[in-house]
Amino acid sequence: MPRTPLPIYVLLALGAVALAVYPLFGDVFYVRLVAKVMVLAIFAMSLDLLVGYAGLVSFGHAAFFGVGAYATAALIAKAGIADMAIILPVVLVAAAVAALVIGWFSIRTSGIYFIMITLAFAQMLYFFFHDLPFWWGADGVNLPRRGLPRLAFGDTVILDLSDRTVFYYVALACLVLAFALLTIILRSPFGRVIVGIRVNENRVRALGYNVQNYKLVAFVIAGTLAGFAGFLEASRTAFVAPAHLSWHESGLVLVIVLLGGMGTLYGPILGAFVLVMLEDWVSGITEFWLLVMGLFVILVVLFLPNGIAGLVSTLAQRLRPPKPDVGKPVEREVEAADV
Amino acid sequence: MSDVILETDGLSRTFGALVAVDGVTLSFRRGQVHAIIGPNGAGKTTLINLLSGELPPSAGTIKLRGRDITRAKADEVSLLGVGRSFQKTNIFQSFTCFENCWLGAQSRLPTSMRFFRPASVYREVEARARRAIELCGLTHRCDTPAGAMSYGEQRQLEIGMMLATEPELLLLDEPLAGMGSEEAVQVVELLKRLAADHTLILIEHDMDAVFAVADLLTVMVNGRVLETGTVEQIRASKAVREAYLGDEEGGGH
Ligand SMILES: Nc1ncnc2c1ncn2[C@@H]1O[C@H](COP(=O)(O)OP(=O)(O)OP(=O)(O)O)[C@@H](O)[C@H]1O
Ligand SMILES: [Mg+2]
Repeated sequence: MPRTPLPIYVLLALGAVALAVYPLFGDVFYVRLVAKVMVLAIFAMSLDLLVGYAGLVSFGHAAFFGVGAYATAALIAKAGIADMAIILPVVLVAAAVAALVIGWFSIRTSGIYFIMITLAFAQMLYFFFHDLPFWWGADGVNLPRRGLPRLAFGDTVILDLSDRTVFYYVALACLVLAFALLTIILRSPFGRVIVGIRVNENRVRALGYNVQNYKLVAFVIAGTLAGFAGFLEASRTAFVAPAHLSWHESGLVLVIVLLGGMGTLYGPILGAFVLVMLEDWVSGITEFWLLVMGLFVILVVLFLPNGIAGLVSTLAQRLRPPKPDVGKPVEREVEAADV
Repeated sequence: MSDVILETDGLSRTFGALVAVDGVTLSFRRGQVHAIIGPNGAGKTTLINLLSGELPPSAGTIKLRGRDITRAKADEVSLLGVGRSFQKTNIFQSFTCFENCWLGAQSRLPTSMRFFRPASVYREVEARARRAIELCGLTHRCDTPAGAMSYGEQRQLEIGMMLATEPELLLLDEPLAGMGSEEAVQVVELLKRLAADHTLILIEHDMDAVFAVADLLTVMVNGRVLETGTVEQIRASKAVREAYLGDEEGGGH
C-alpha cells in the first residue's frame, strides 16, 4: 500500500508555510500565478484519486471542472447571486450529479474503453456549453468582479473572493484541506478497497466487495472535488468558457498527475507547480515553448518513472539517517516498482 | 437432506464450441471434505468459477443452503459465506502479507463505505486478519510484501486471504500446487484442522493429500461427473481407473 514518508510531510508543511508568506514580499504577477497553480493542484489531486489510487484513467476529468465553473457563472451572471453559502452547495451538487451520471456508465468499462467513454462524455458536455445559446457560446462569459462569490455573516463580509489576496489565502486553505481530506479518505476502509481495486480488481471482488460501487463512489468524490476547483477557477479569473471542459484541459491535468507522480497526492501539487512555472519561464524565452514543454514531459516520463514525487521521495529518504533495518529496503523497492 | 449446503443441477458452461462443464449435478454436505479430481482440462476450475460466481453458467442452477444463487456475482457469493482460493496465485503483490489479509478481513464489516476514520481503528478487522495469518502459518512474514515472499508462501497467503473472510464453505482450487513438500505437509495439516468446522470443496492433483483429507470424491472427465464415492469406492472403481488413475500412471512413462 502506498505510504507517504514522514520527511515528505515535513517538506509539505514547510512548502505550505512558504506559500503563506509569499504574498508578503512576492511579485504581484507571481502571486497571481501561484494562485492559479493552487487551483490547478486541487484539480489534479482530484484526478489522482482516480488515476493513481483507483486505477481509473479518466480522460474527461475537465467535465466536472467545467460544470463547477459554469454553475458558478450561472448563479452570478444569470441570477445575480454572490453568496457563497448558496453557490458552493449548488456547485458541489451539480458536479456530483454529473459525476454520478457519467461515472455510472463509465465504470462499466475498463482500460482503453474507460478512457474513451470519459472523453466522449466530456466532449458532449463541452458542446452542451459551447452550442446552447443559454451558456454564452464559444467565447464564454466575463463575470462582474463585484459579483464574485463572497461569504457574509449578516452584513459583515467575511470572505470576498474578488479581493485577490483573500482569494490567494482561500485557495491555499482549500489546497491544504483537500490534501488532508484525501489523505484521510485514503486511510479509511474505503481507501484500502480502492487501492486494492487498482492492484487486483478481480480478487477484491472475490473477497466480497461490490467493485462497481466503490469505483462509482471514488468517481463521484473525484468529480465533486474537480467541480470545486472549477468554482475556484471561475472566481479567480472572473471568466468562464467552454475551454474549461475541453479535452486539452483533461489532457493537461492528466499530464500534471503523471508528471508529478501519480498515487502520491503531493505529486500532482508538485506537477502543477513545475508545469505552470516552466511554461511561464520557457514561453518568455522562446516562441517554441510548447515544443520545449513536450520535450520536458518526455524526459520526465523516461527518466523519472515515478514522476517528480518519486525523485523528491528518494531525496527525502536520504535525509533520514540510515536505520539498521533489514525489512524496510525491500519494501521500498517493491513499492517503487509497483507505482 | 437438510444437511446439504450446496447443490448444483445440470450445471453447464460453454466457451464457444467447447463444453468445459457439462451437466454437473452434485450435492455437497455440510461439514464434509468433498474432493474433485480429474485430469487437466476436466473443467474443475471452471466448476469452481461457476460455484463462486466468477463466471455465469450457460445452463443449470446452483443452490446454497436451499437458496438459488445461480445468477449471484462473486462478491455476493463471498458475502454468503463462501470463500475461494485460486489455482493461479491471485494476491496483492505490492501489499504486505498483513495488508492482504486485512483486505479479506475488512470485507466482513457491514460496509467498507466508511471514509473518515482510519482503517486501523477497526480492531475486529485486525484481529480477524491476524487469526487468518496465523492459521495459514505466515505470522513471521506479516510485514513482508507479498511479492517478495517465496512461491510456496504466496500459496499459503492465497489461503490466508480466503480464511480472513471467515467463510463457512471453502472452495479450494489446488491449494498444494507448486508447494515444497515441507509447506505441503503444513497445508494438509491446516486442511485437516479446517475440516473440523468448515465444509471444504477441494480440487487437488496430489492424491496422497486427497486421500488423507477427503470424505467424498468426485471424478470429473471432459466436463462431466464420472463418478462420486468414498475414497475406497473410487479407488476400487474400474471406470475411474481407466479414465483417470490409469491415465495418470500411463502419463508417468
Ligand atoms: N475463460 C476461458 N475461455 C475459454 N476456454 C476456457 C476458459 N477457461 C477454461 N477454458 C477451457 O475449459 C476447459 C476446462 O478448463 P479448466 O481450467 O476448468 O480445467 P481444470 O480441470 O481446472 O484443469 P487443470 O487441472 O489444468 O487446472 C479447458 O479446455 C480450458 O482450456
Ligand atoms: Mg484448474
